[in-house]
Formats: sequence, structure tokens, C-alpha cells
Amino acid sequence: MSIRERMSGNEAVAYAIKQVNPDVMPAFPITPSTEIPQMVSTYIANGQMDTEFIPVESEHSSMSATIGAEAAGARSLTATSSAGLALMWEELLLAASNRMPCVLTLVNRTLSGPININCDHSDGMGARDTGWIQIYAENNQEAYDNFIQAYPIAEDPRVHLPVMICQDGFITSHAVENIELLEDGTVKDFVGEYHPEEFLLNPGKPIAIGPYSVTNYAMEAKKNQEAALEASKEVILEVARRYEQISGRKYGFFEEYRTEDADIIMVLIGSAAGTAKEAVDELRAEGRKVGILKLRVFRPFPAEEIAKALSGCKAAAIMDRTESYNGNGGPLGAEIAAGLFREKIMIDTVNYIYGLAGRDFTVDDVKRVFGEMEALITEGKKVPQYQYIGLRE
Amino acid sequence: MRTDVNKINEKTPHTGLTEGLMMFAGGTTKSFNTGEWRTQTPVFIAEKCKQCLLCAPVCPDSSIPVADGKRGEFDLEHCKGCGICMKVCPFDAIEMKEGR
Repeated sequence: MSIRERMSGNEAVAYAIKQVNPDVMPAFPITPSTEIPQMVSTYIANGQMDTEFIPVESEHSSMSATIGAEAAGARSLTATSSAGLALMWEELLLAASNRMPCVLTLVNRTLSGPININCDHSDGMGARDTGWIQIYAENNQEAYDNFIQAYPIAEDPRVHLPVMICQDGFITSHAVENIELLEDGTVKDFVGEYHPEEFLLNPGKPIAIGPYSVTNYAMEAKKNQEAALEASKEVILEVARRYEQISGRKYGFFEEYRTEDADIIMVLIGSAAGTAKEAVDELRAEGRKVGILKLRVFRPFPAEEIAKALSGCKAAAIMDRTESYNGNGGPLGAEIAAGLFREKIMIDTVNYIYGLAGRDFTVDDVKRVFGEMEALITEGKKVPQYQYIGLRE
Repeated sequence: MRTDVNKINEKTPHTGLTEGLMMFAGGTTKSFNTGEWRTQTPVFIAEKCKQCLLCAPVCPDSSIPVADGKRGEFDLEHCKGCGICMKVCPFDAIEMKEGR
């Protein structure tokens, strides 16, 4: 039986952490993720879980300690946001290359500067090439569900890679919404106990993790890591199918909302999908053929699957909640356009940048984008390929 | 996952390497002959040596073997030629010569 509750995204993830009860959690507070370690440490103080909480002095240390604990044989995790993730940069890559199945709950917040504490995806997107699996949530329910699926994905012998569970700062992390929770026993059975095959604190079985690699070996190691990330695709789908059996909630690489006969599809990540769905419902009521593709799994990037999902539409609006500072658009815009080209699917695409540093993204904004895309496909209107939404001009 | 790492070499295809290049063995640095890096080589002058053993613990490469309370000849397969032993020796029983 599921439990009906009301929770913020941070509460939902902290509750999921309590149910999974991992071995070690080193963490350092940073807005808007601070509540997660705060709530977990309260659960520990109240005797509701027995995770070893390590109050470290920085995020460089929290990720280092997470890797160290994981290498020692403990199921470990940490939480952070924004500059905290940036300070972890070096260790993020090591967690992946050392094939550590640890978990990071990221509460997406913009990277400085200008210094600002509100939501965009520049932190998570900045870490997109670190080798981590990245799964993004639209709301508190998805943040909860994604966290429970994180260890079964990370610890699968075909994967052995770290997983980042992402939710939008404040919009998801601090807004209270209805949620369906699973029973503790159901979660524990689903995630299972952690019994690593190889770990440091294993007497009589010496092992070195992360040794120096000369040139003759490093390129091969990187290829193996890349192969594991590719292999994680089938594991992510298997775990999602298994999760559907216990929760009734269906997950994949992305969610397609009213796309079946859509002429225009908007592709986006995270909480803005809720706003976009509302706009789509209103436009559909007017008879306009529009839909949403909400990306859940950004790493590994399901380029071929997205391209095929877009193959039936005439144009796609690709929404990036980050500025990449490359003069050529955002990461989602670039990677989807590349995927479409490889599949020889020649639809029109426009890359929009929205919601930076907490800027509102409204139902009217979504409608304006769809209106512009309609003008592009029906009147051949020239639309700038890379533009900002909600900017004062 | 545990693999006999002694069977892995520079001809092993990527699929034959260990996950994350983990080493499933201890003491493997012995087979890495760092002595090749040397540009200066210590020379042990046995007749000046008082066997005070100040040199052995300061060697960063464990290249001064000690047996029965006495140091022996340098392990030149691993000595990188840093010269710390020469600096620490109070009896000038170690000299550095150019080259390997």
C-alpha cells in the first residue's frame, strides 16, 4: 500500500534516503540542498536510521569522503547544489573513472556569477561530461522515485558508475506537493543490501583503486568506462520496469506528453515541464497540435531515441535552462540537433534559453514559443536559432 | 571481477583490463623499474660505512636493503638517484656519480 503525503522535494529525497538507509553520508550545507543532509542527520539523531553522517569542511571533502567510503565497501552518498558541485569537480571524474557506484542528490541551482541562489541547470549541465549518470525530476514524486532507483542502477555489475539524482532548486526542492510514498519494506526489498565484490576493507584480498595509469592503459580504461555508460541504458530501463511493478509509476529515458500527432514538440528538462504541459493542454483545447518531450535521463544521452521520438513532428523547440557560453546555444540544443542529423531526420529546430537564475517560465512563455514555431512551419517565418525567453529588451 | 593482473600487459585489449584499472594484488610496484629514471647514481663506499643506518629509512624508494642490522648494496632497479642518502650520511660513505 502506498502512503499519501505532502512533501517538498528535499523532504521527499531525505525520506527516500531514510528508507534506503545507506552506510555513509558525508555532506556540506549549501542552499538549496541544505535541507537534505539536515533532515537526514535529524533522522539519524532520532534513531530512525543508522547511516554514518560525516560533517566535512567542504564539498571537495564530501565527494572525496563519499568515494573513500564507497571504495572501502560502504554504500555512500552526498548532496549538494551549484558552487558545491563545482568544488567537487575533480572528484566527480574520479568517482566515475574509479567505477564507484555512489549517489549524489543534486538540487539544481545556478552557478556564479552573478552570484544567485535560484534554479537553473548550469551546475548539473556543467558536470555533464564527468562520467556520471544524470537523472532529472519534474517534481517531488519523481525526485523520490528516481532516488530509489539510483542504487539499483549504479550497483549493477554492467554499470558500476555513480548516479546524480537532480531536482530543480526551490521550485521542486522547497515547494510542497502531494506525493505517494512506498512502504519501508518495499523500498528495502527493491534496493536490496549492498554486497560489493571488490572493496578495500577486505582482508586477504589486496586491491588498489585508482592507481596511476601510464599512457599504454589510460585510453583503454576510458573506453571501458564509456562502454559501461552505454550499458547503463538497458539497466536504467530494466530498473524502471521493476520500479513500475512496485509503484505503478512508469519511467523511461523521457516522457512524451500528447506528442502522438504533434506538429511541434517542445523538449525540456525538469520542473518547467509541468508548466509546459499546462500550456499544451490549453493549446490542444484550441485544436493546436503540440506536445512535450520531457527528458529524464540526460546522461547517458539517449540521442537516437530522442531523434526517433521527434521524427514525426515538423519542428522542435529545444529548451535549455543554462547558458553554455559557446556562442552556439545550450547543451540540449546542440546534442539533439546532432542526434537528429545522424539519424537524417531533417525537422526544424530552435534552441531557446529560459529560466536562468530562477527567472520565471510561464504558461504564456510556452504559448509564445509554440506560436513562433507555428509561424516557422506555416508561414516560413525566420526564427533566430538561439534565443533567450523572458529577457528584458 | 578479480583477475590475475600478472597476465595483463601492454598488448592486452581494453576488454581484458580490470574495471577502473583496479589492481588485484599487493606490492606490484616492485615490478616497476623506476631505476630507469635515474640521471645520477649513488655509490656505496663500504670501507667508510659505520653501519649507523641513517640512510636506509630516508630512502623514498626503499632501495637500501637492510639485513641482520647491516645495510647492503643499493637496489639500482628502483633507486631514482635523488641523493638524499648521500646528504644524510655523516661519514661520506655515499657519493653520487653522473649517469646511470
